[in-house]
Amino acid sequence: MTTAAIDADALECIMQEPPSSSLVMEARNLNFFYGKHQSLFSVSLPVQRNAITALIGPSGCGKSTLLRVLNRIYALYPGQHCTGRVVLNGEDVLHEQKRLRWLRKRVSLAVETQTGPDPIEHDQALRAGTDLARLRARVGMVFQKPTPFPMSIYDNIAFGVRIYHRKTKAEMDVIVEKSLRRAALWDEVKDKLHAPGLGLSGGQQQRLCVARGIAVEPEILLLDEPASALDPVSTAKLEATLLELKKEFTIVIVTHNLQQAARIADYTGFMYLGRMVEFGPTNGLFMNPQLQQTRDYVTGRFG
Amino acid sequence: MQVHELRRKIVDRLFTIACFGATVLALVALVFILWSLVIQGIGSLDLHVFTQSTPAPGSQGGLLNAIVGSLMMCMLAMIIALGIGILAGTWLAEYGGRTPYGAVVRFMNDVLLSAPSILVGLFIYELLVRPFHGFSGYAGAVALAFLATPIVTRTTEDILNLQPHTLREAGIALGTPQWRVIRQILWRAATAGLVTGGLLGFARISGETAPLLFTALNNQFFSLDMGHPTASLPAVIFQYALSAYDDWRRLAWAGSLIIAVVVLSISIIGRFMTREKFKP
Amino acid sequence: MLDVSEVTGGGIMPPPTLHQGEPAAIPHAKGAWFDPVFEGLCFGAATLLLASLSGLVISLAIGGWPALSHFGLSFFTSTTWNPVDDVYGAAGPIVGTILTAFVALAIALPLAIGIAVYLVEFCPRMLARSVSIAVELLAGIPSIVYGMWGLFVFAPLFAKYVQMPLIMHAAPGSLAEKLFAGVPNGANIVTASIILAIMILPYMATVLRELLLTVPPQVREAAYGLGCTPFEVVTSVIVPYVRRELVGVVMLGLGRALGETMAVTFVIGNAHGFPKSLFASGSTLASTIANEFTEATGELHTSALIALGLVLFMITFSVLALARALLSTKKV
Repeated sequence: MTTAAIDADALECIMQEPPSSSLVMEARNLNFFYGKHQSLFSVSLPVQRNAITALIGPSGCGKSTLLRVLNRIYALYPGQHCTGRVVLNGEDVLHEQKRLRWLRKRVSLAVETQTGPDPIEHDQALRAGTDLARLRARVGMVFQKPTPFPMSIYDNIAFGVRIYHRKTKAEMDVIVEKSLRRAALWDEVKDKLHAPGLGLSGGQQQRLCVARGIAVEPEILLLDEPASALDPVSTAKLEATLLELKKEFTIVIVTHNLQQAARIADYTGFMYLGRMVEFGPTNGLFMNPQLQQTRDYVTGRFG
Repeated sequence: MQVHELRRKIVDRLFTIACFGATVLALVALVFILWSLVIQGIGSLDLHVFTQSTPAPGSQGGLLNAIVGSLMMCMLAMIIALGIGILAGTWLAEYGGRTPYGAVVRFMNDVLLSAPSILVGLFIYELLVRPFHGFSGYAGAVALAFLATPIVTRTTEDILNLQPHTLREAGIALGTPQWRVIRQILWRAATAGLVTGGLLGFARISGETAPLLFTALNNQFFSLDMGHPTASLPAVIFQYALSAYDDWRRLAWAGSLIIAVVVLSISIIGRFMTREKFKP
Repeated sequence: MLDVSEVTGGGIMPPPTLHQGEPAAIPHAKGAWFDPVFEGLCFGAATLLLASLSGLVISLAIGGWPALSHFGLSFFTSTTWNPVDDVYGAAGPIVGTILTAFVALAIALPLAIGIAVYLVEFCPRMLARSVSIAVELLAGIPSIVYGMWGLFVFAPLFAKYVQMPLIMHAAPGSLAEKLFAGVPNGANIVTASIILAIMILPYMATVLRELLLTVPPQVREAAYGLGCTPFEVVTSVIVPYVRRELVGVVMLGLGRALGETMAVTFVIGNAHGFPKSLFASGSTLASTIANEFTEATGELHTSALIALGLVLFMITFSVLALARALLSTKKV
């Protein structure tokens, strides 16, 4: 177990990281800007394979922002940019390499990885279509509000797969069933695969979104407060699903529900005011928080 | 103090009565118009209207060629308007709507929305009639498309902006190319709104007269050839109403009734389609 | 090329064999190449919209130029409109357009405000919905229907019950006689203004009603909570709240009225020159164009008519641009 204490401005940061050989993804020293306003300060996040990593913290601490850096969905919005490093299975995905094969006439991809790019140029690079799409095929996301597409349950799941592969109907049937089983939704919808996805209940819709996300077999699945719009029963089902899923996938989940993190996460990171304050195995963080701030938050002093 | 109170009460009472009165007056006037329309129109409406073409004065006839001509031109106009309008509305909502150029486009679209339709007729005359030395149904259709496109653009932009942004993000998060997010997710989710935009546009142009006067002109006979002057209901009504012949005038009423019924039905259908969706 | 060992100084599991420039195991998204094409198409459509409006103005300017250059400024001040002598002056139609539009607005606006206020403040909820929908539907009725009604129903009634009595009871030589002079057939500028007013009434009422509905309920409740009567709430709180947009809506209605063709052409009488009395016939820019264009005698006549169109465009564009600027905060 490596321990590193990084001083970030006035706030201390304590990270108890999993062994580096077990990491699928690593974010290092991320600084995120909305225009001129900075919302992430030197944030690092190690993500262990086949484990659930939770991000907790009070509203506005930057946990959702951090999540959205990991699949670069922030690239949709001009004026938002990020410096630092995100490595997915050894490949730097935050900054594109200048690959001649992928060079498109419209967009310049030449971006420095060592020292960090000029933000404006970096944004131009981020608009590149194909490489971002590849990243997003490897990093899936489920959002706070269930967002089934306006099509049948079957098509919802098949949609992501069809972007990348050409499958026969039989192959697709198999994929759809597998995804729905993994998301613990199969039994509930197997008779109505061609009914509209919007006709399901909230909890079912969210599990549909999970199934949709895992159908493309991503290396990592990101979930942004997935249960906040659900009732307790649906939440419990979703959590059980995630625990099952972690055997085959790697999961990062943002949650404002401390008990949820305690229930399902292997590693937890506590964030505050745009900084990663403390990171480590969940049990340790909750039972024996090393920093005063963490202690105050997990005991409910503030939040 | 009492006097002041009383005065307030009286003023308020008068105000309430005035408002109520205004509403009643307006409704009465409008009901009167519709009633006249129905009485006059129904009296002139019979099977001939739908089966025979416009007659010479004194002989029997109907409005068949005008109805068919209007239908052809409106359909073509809507195809053009939907094609351009949906794409333009999509551009405003998804791509450049927040740039200064987008603001200019939106502003000009709104101006075109309320611009006098007769000027569109003049423009198309200069563009498509004069150079080709002839009035045509195609020119008429283009003029109508001019009037319908801003409506389609506006409703498309509005309905796309109503879609939750998480829907876009969910599509992008899967790695979907942007155009597919728009086509397969957003347009699908917004179908009712897009159809309504089309219906509203159709309702608007089906009654438009002025732009057709110098583009499609009119045609006394039945014809499916849009390359030449084409009959249309509004143009026929215009000609017949201002004439001195009784049977022509009766046909004008019949035509007005037909137009009013069509416009009202389409508006009602369009309204019905988006009723549920627009509730927050 | 990124050196894997640089990262965290340790042994991250090496990625699948990656040579520089070679695609990774995952195939790229199908159809991603179409993205810029699609964006281009959408951009093209938007630009086409812009270009067509510009084209409109340019063609009007080009078409009207011969007449404008021929008559110069007198085109705007002369009331002579004589196709036989090929002399044209736009003052008559210009005055007619502005006059009918303003009178129509003066009639329609108070009524529209009354309707909107009634529907929002006083009307019972269930009824309000139906009436509002009815008014909105009526706003969609094409102007030619109003024109027909105006010509065949309203004009005769107006002639019989308003014009005739006024003419008959006006003492010879009095001011009243001059004021009410005119052929008693109901085709005059007053009739045209009234028809125009009825025509823009549903539209204005609908838009005003939507505007009033944008006022947050808390503002309304606060006012009532203080003990204001509905009249005071409306005049002192709600109207000031939407003052800017109110002017914008009024301008929208004005813009509509200025450009209306059919509702007016049927009943305005189509006489050139200034209207000489209340019940005299007149003309508007739109009605003149509609009546004469297809039978225009000669190049100059056609050009003069197009010049009228240009003038109409200038007037309505200014009004509409101002309206949109005022309404830019609220989407109405």
